[in-house]
Amino acid sequence: MSSRDLVLNKIRQSCKKECSALPTVPFFHQDSKDLIEEFKKSLLLMGGQILERGQDDPYEFVKLKLAESKITCSVVPEIKGNRELNAETVPNSLHDVDYGVLRASFGVAETGSICLSERDFLVNTLGYLPQHLIVLLDPKQIVENLHDAYARSEWKQVHYAALHSGPSATADIEGVLIRGAQGVRSLSILLIE
Amino acid sequence: MEVGLFIPCYMDALEPEVGIATLKLLERLDVNVTYPFDQTCCGQPMTNTGCHKEAADTERLFVKNFSKFDYIVMPSGSCTNQVRHHFDAIDQTDEVQHVRKNTYDLVEFLHDILKVEAFPWARFPHKVAIHYNCNALRGLRHASMSERREAFFSKPKSLLEKVSGIEFVELERPDECCGFGGTFSVFEEGVSAKMGQDKVMDQQRSGAEYIISADSSCLMHQKGCASRMGVNLHYAHIAQILNGDLS
Amino acid sequence: MSDLQNEPQPRGAKVKGRHPVDQLEAANRFIAAEAHQKMHDQRLWDLRKKRDAQMHLIPEWEELRELASEIKEHTLDHLADYLEEFERNATANGVHVHWAQDAEESNQIINDILKQHQAKTLVKSKSMLSEECHLRQSLEKSGVTVIETDLGERIQQLDNEDPSHVVVPAVHKTRTDVSKVFVKTLHAEQGNNDVHYLAETQRETTRPYILNADAGMTGGNYLVAETGAVVVCTNEGNADLSANTPPLHIVTVGIEKIIPKMEHLAVFIRLLSRSALGSPITQYTSYFRGPRKGGEMHVVLVDNSRSTRLASEKFRAGLKCIRCGACMNTCPVFRRSGGLSYGSTYAGPIGLILSPGYNAHKYRNLPFASSLNGSCTNVCPVKINLHEQIFAWRETLADEKELSLSKRILMTSLGKLFAHPKAYRTAVQTGDKVLSYLPHFIVYNQFNAWGRQRDLPKTPKETFHSWYAKNYINKGKGDE
Repeated sequence: MSSRDLVLNKIRQSCKKECSALPTVPFFHQDSKDLIEEFKKSLLLMGGQILERGQDDPYEFVKLKLAESKITCSVVPEIKGNRELNAETVPNSLHDVDYGVLRASFGVAETGSICLSERDFLVNTLGYLPQHLIVLLDPKQIVENLHDAYARSEWKQVHYAALHSGPSATADIEGVLIRGAQGVRSLSILLIE
Repeated sequence: MEVGLFIPCYMDALEPEVGIATLKLLERLDVNVTYPFDQTCCGQPMTNTGCHKEAADTERLFVKNFSKFDYIVMPSGSCTNQVRHHFDAIDQTDEVQHVRKNTYDLVEFLHDILKVEAFPWARFPHKVAIHYNCNALRGLRHASMSERREAFFSKPKSLLEKVSGIEFVELERPDECCGFGGTFSVFEEGVSAKMGQDKVMDQQRSGAEYIISADSSCLMHQKGCASRMGVNLHYAHIAQILNGDLS
Repeated sequence: MSDLQNEPQPRGAKVKGRHPVDQLEAANRFIAAEAHQKMHDQRLWDLRKKRDAQMHLIPEWEELRELASEIKEHTLDHLADYLEEFERNATANGVHVHWAQDAEESNQIINDILKQHQAKTLVKSKSMLSEECHLRQSLEKSGVTVIETDLGERIQQLDNEDPSHVVVPAVHKTRTDVSKVFVKTLHAEQGNNDVHYLAETQRETTRPYILNADAGMTGGNYLVAETGAVVVCTNEGNADLSANTPPLHIVTVGIEKIIPKMEHLAVFIRLLSRSALGSPITQYTSYFRGPRKGGEMHVVLVDNSRSTRLASEKFRAGLKCIRCGACMNTCPVFRRSGGLSYGSTYAGPIGLILSPGYNAHKYRNLPFASSLNGSCTNVCPVKINLHEQIFAWRETLADEKELSLSKRILMTSLGKLFAHPKAYRTAVQTGDKVLSYLPHFIVYNQFNAWGRQRDLPKTPKETFHSWYAKNYINKGKGDE
């Protein structure tokens, strides 16, 4: 017998005869929540930043940040970077990128999270190897909480996705908070359609 | 209403004044109290060490002593928890079940059964911090617990609030274990003592003059630590305050 | 430098093969390192306070705990079905699913996968299961270079020490302790114990390994049967780096980590980091449903005695654990003993109930490293009855003759004494006079365990018993 069958058999022998029911999970929605304000508040708590829209050019502050840095890589049409990226790009070649720019699938007000999937990344390491990340998020795509988030259809369509809630962080040494432990040092979000 | 009084073994030998305060308080409240003479212990040292078989005869003796009473009352949340939740080493006869169901700690008995409204004879013009024995808190639910999202309540506090002059102060870690833990206090002496010392420091920082608890066992441990550390704090059982002994 | 930074780091339990671990001996050494112990206590208590603050922000907190508990109960009752569903869906997504009965088989499978790919370097994110299986040691024996990418875990790897906590592995170390490790192993600047510098040193020295690794490994916080996905929670993003940079991603995960559907995932994600660190969510909550284009993904499902535990009415609830560490943070004994004092992969309350299941003899002292205060049960996000199981383990150990001789002798004699009122009375008092020693367990301890750091209570003039006899029965009659 294979290990698979041995394990499954043993489990079946160990299980109780009477089985418990699976509960239904409510959505726990709270009325009258300003989702955009809630999202911003939560994101700041997680160490993320909100980029304001410029008066003449909504992307003014994004462009300013990119102008200050050497290597930039954008996968959104609104912003031009200086490092090309396509689906064939080797993952570790993004190691020297200063700024990555992409668009999130959706956001979560409860936790200030954004959902980035393989479709948003093009190359998954774009979310982790650059020093900094700038993410565009359509404010209409902000859901109230994690129950809404995991009810979305993306999870059944992609092979990889992640909720990013602020930048990489650690407090492993004496509880001192460090941004940019292994992944990006900062995460800035521009709310724009 | 016939009430049987159980005095925990350590209280009998080391703090008889708490037993006396409990008896007198109940009598003051017109309760017909009897102290069965053949009582010893609730069996907790054995049960908490995993020795349930060794606790069986002690449990049996307890039931024999107390099954004839309507209520069994004891000035200890911890011993009450033992009787109510852990008397499993013996057959669960009607008598055993009667005893388990009708055993109350003094605080519960005053608060839930007698519903005492006033202690006009008692006065206690001191700053007081309440210490909750863990079995009384999380086993008997003497009070709301800091780990849970639940509305505040405290049976000991609502009784003590009826004593004139009393003032409450809060600890930084209000329901952290003090490290007594029964046999834990001697089997795991180093950790137990450290927990006791930390508890005493928290109490000292709170500005309390008195630490009041429904369990003398924790207090005996804390008092022992405070005294060795040279910290000037007073410890008293809630029965002594409610009976006006220290007024 | 402060006392804290001058004090040498206390080390963990002295583990000698299968001999019973002396947790207390190591705990006493940890307490003796006063500054370390104080820092440890404060850091973990701080996490507990942050957890409480998060709890108060969520009106449905207790309902979420109940849901989490019910989902886990249900899943354990149908574990085989859900594992098969996971396997079916994951396989359809292009994932290779493997099954391992125990640690050895799991290590072998992983070794084989690496060999097939001629993989010589492996970057991995934190996984308690891999600690449980001693995977790193096993791979290193086969010549694979294994690099932990979580900062805390990396510190512990470089110091050749086990993680002391499931979420914050180096919580027992000061910045100076870390600095010393990094000077020795990463050529860090001597004497520079700035935390930012240390974290940056780790980042810069680990990054080349991540970029050039042949394979990446992650654990799994959850397996979702419905979608065949593995969910991993980290704060550093190191799981995503480990999985997404090399061409090969291996997941090692315990069979009990499975949940039925995506809607259930929400419940656990809402509870996990709030319980663990008091943050609303981990910085990264990553979802691996299949290999990326051109990559390969393997999931190794490991039993390692879980199916045996499942049959135990008393101890099966331990399988609900989501490894948040909240029970450790709140445990007054853990905060004063340090996680390494337990000499076991799992420390603190959850370790007390899991470890003896692996080896009752070796871990027979652990269930006694608790005051049975019950705080752990209250913070547990999946409502494991931790303190009741600790209590139950003591009985099981006594039944299995795994109680220390001194405990056994003492309890047998106490049991006899308390069952015989006359003998008991004689032991406590002679006539009116209370004997000058204490009546029960305290006096039986030859080391005077009570009196070492505590003053003894003053012996009163008479017991309650004789007072009652005098004043209520017959004045002067005394005892019968």
